[in-house]
Amino acid sequence: MSEVMRTEASLSDTTMLEVSNLKRYFDVSRPFLNRVLEGAPRQILKAVNGIDFKIKKGETFSLVGESGCGKSTVARLIVGLYAPTEGKIEFEGRNIGGLSRREMAPLRRRLQMIFQDPYASLNPRWRVRDIIAEPLRAFDLESDEVGIERRVGELLSFVKLTPADGEKFPHEFSGGQRQRISIARALASQPDFLVCDEPTSALDVSVQAQILNLMKDLQREFELTYLFISHNLAVVYHISDRVGVMYLGQLAEVAPATTLFRDPRHPYTRMLLDTIPDLDMTGRQRMPVAGEVPNPITPPSGCSFHPRCPFATDRCKSEAPLPRDLGSEVFVACHGVEENRIPRGPVIDAPPALR
Amino acid sequence: MALLEVHDLVVEFPTRRGVLTAVDEISLHIDEGEVLGVVGESGAGKSMTGNAIIGLLEPPGRIARGEILLDGRRIDNLPYDQMRTIRGKEIGAIFQDPLTSLNPLYTVGEQLVETIQTHTDMTPTQARARALELLIEVGIPAPERRVDQYPHQFSGGMRQRVVIALALCVNPRLIVADEPTTALDVSIQAQIIALLKRLCSEHGTAVMLVTHDMGVIAETADRVAVMYAGRIAEVGPVKQVVKRARHPYTHGLMGSIPVIGHDADRLTQIEGAMPRLTDIPTGCAFNPRCPQATDRCLRDRPEPMPTEDGQVACWLFEKEAAHV
Repeated sequence: MSEVMRTEASLSDTTMLEVSNLKRYFDVSRPFLNRVLEGAPRQILKAVNGIDFKIKKGETFSLVGESGCGKSTVARLIVGLYAPTEGKIEFEGRNIGGLSRREMAPLRRRLQMIFQDPYASLNPRWRVRDIIAEPLRAFDLESDEVGIERRVGELLSFVKLTPADGEKFPHEFSGGQRQRISIARALASQPDFLVCDEPTSALDVSVQAQILNLMKDLQREFELTYLFISHNLAVVYHISDRVGVMYLGQLAEVAPATTLFRDPRHPYTRMLLDTIPDLDMTGRQRMPVAGEVPNPITPPSGCSFHPRCPFATDRCKSEAPLPRDLGSEVFVACHGVEENRIPRGPVIDAPPALR
Repeated sequence: MALLEVHDLVVEFPTRRGVLTAVDEISLHIDEGEVLGVVGESGAGKSMTGNAIIGLLEPPGRIARGEILLDGRRIDNLPYDQMRTIRGKEIGAIFQDPLTSLNPLYTVGEQLVETIQTHTDMTPTQARARALELLIEVGIPAPERRVDQYPHQFSGGMRQRVVIALALCVNPRLIVADEPTTALDVSIQAQIIALLKRLCSEHGTAVMLVTHDMGVIAETADRVAVMYAGRIAEVGPVKQVVKRARHPYTHGLMGSIPVIGHDADRLTQIEGAMPRLTDIPTGCAFNPRCPQATDRCLRDRPEPMPTEDGQVACWLFEKEAAHV
């Protein structure tokens, strides 16, 4: 890459990661003998069922959805912890889906992950300096121990800890500090792309604010690209440039964050937005939330959201909608939006059956 | 007279390294039919306070000092059996994880019937009819079929509805709900909050809602008590606490919550973390994190001072408090 300073515009125009028709199925059938004896059918859980999105260099793309919607599976597919059943994951134009461990190794340096639970993702028997030095040793990034020590100290100070903290064990830290250690470890190999799977969900709000601020600072400093997974819409609004809303393994809507929150198009997005507690206490009118996420093993026919959707028609029950480009980077998979029969604006009535 | 009064409650945990004070001289009250939100971060002592009220402190935790009065009657020193009749009949409890608060070996109906029969003299047939009524009330579809199913056959949200039905089944006067929606998805959370709110106002039940989620409190509570390091930092009407927080901790807490539509590039952050119980700072426990701390805050512990509509434990408000 040339040493010429890249401008904001050119930064955000390069696609870093592109996912197309990505699918991941899990076989959750009973054991073979049970199937034979009890005549139980094979059961396939379609955790991720055909999704497409692009992440541009330097931006934060978030996936949001309720539990079981497949957002964490997407994260794991991208870092190579799962192999895709079908579809492509292109990192800088090269398909990395289903690469072997050996082929994936050089990419691992550039693609790192931060996990949800800072209590489970740090080895309790290792000192913090060894935890952070592990990527340095694994990728041979420093020539000697002196270099490693210097770099570990530097990484600790990036995340607002002190080099002296390296001597301690993870249990000596609070949840927020542990998450800082996870971030320092992820940054150790100088990655370009970080997959953050619910990095603040296990933390208290005041600590969450510290971590979110830190992540924004680090992004600016190291030109990081984030894939951010969360169920918390307010956090997603705060951190994202663009957002994908997932429901039962598919993307319901993808849009720039400000557009998505100001003018949600898909009925599911609107329902999610209406569940957010109203801290401003304006007493705004909201769509009453109804129903639950169906069992993903036996998803509803047609559009998987139709049983909860106030606007569902016969077409929605039989035909699955495909994402349509509505312009200005907005993609929505909804027949109602296509047929222009979903009212825009904040107030929607619940379907009579669910009232 | 308030329905529930707590005076100078102290909850302690004896450990090998000395006695830890998890709840340190807190006083609060809940009126008939009122929803009091108790909010704070992990380790603030909010669940301990709730558990002390329902008499379910886990040993070695114990109430060291203070009084808890229900309708003017002390309930903190009752023998186990007497407390057991109060719990369920007069105070209901809802916990965070609906799967652990239901018995997996009994059907939902059996559990409801048992609870109803323990506290009333209904016949089994009457109790079952009441159980069905309750399931309808909490919005469980096809209750005639669901009543004979086991908890594992219910989804998380439906289970929490059953737990609410159990808590409400003999019309208690107070419900202690400890993080009732934390384990649930956002869309389910909104439904459970709406349900709890509706049922409690219909039945005139008072609620002590313990949660870390300010959003839940803003939606539900009439008054809020903000806890920090085992003490109450601030109490006041929900609007006042959410919109015009007095205590610097509440102020920081509110600022650290990301809000949709507010285009702040950075969230206000409170540096540091809540102190561990083993090293609570002298003076005001919040002083190491407080941007407005003075020498006095390092030295003297502020007691809750009255304000026009609540209380605040912060030296900054001493003058204001003197005028009330």
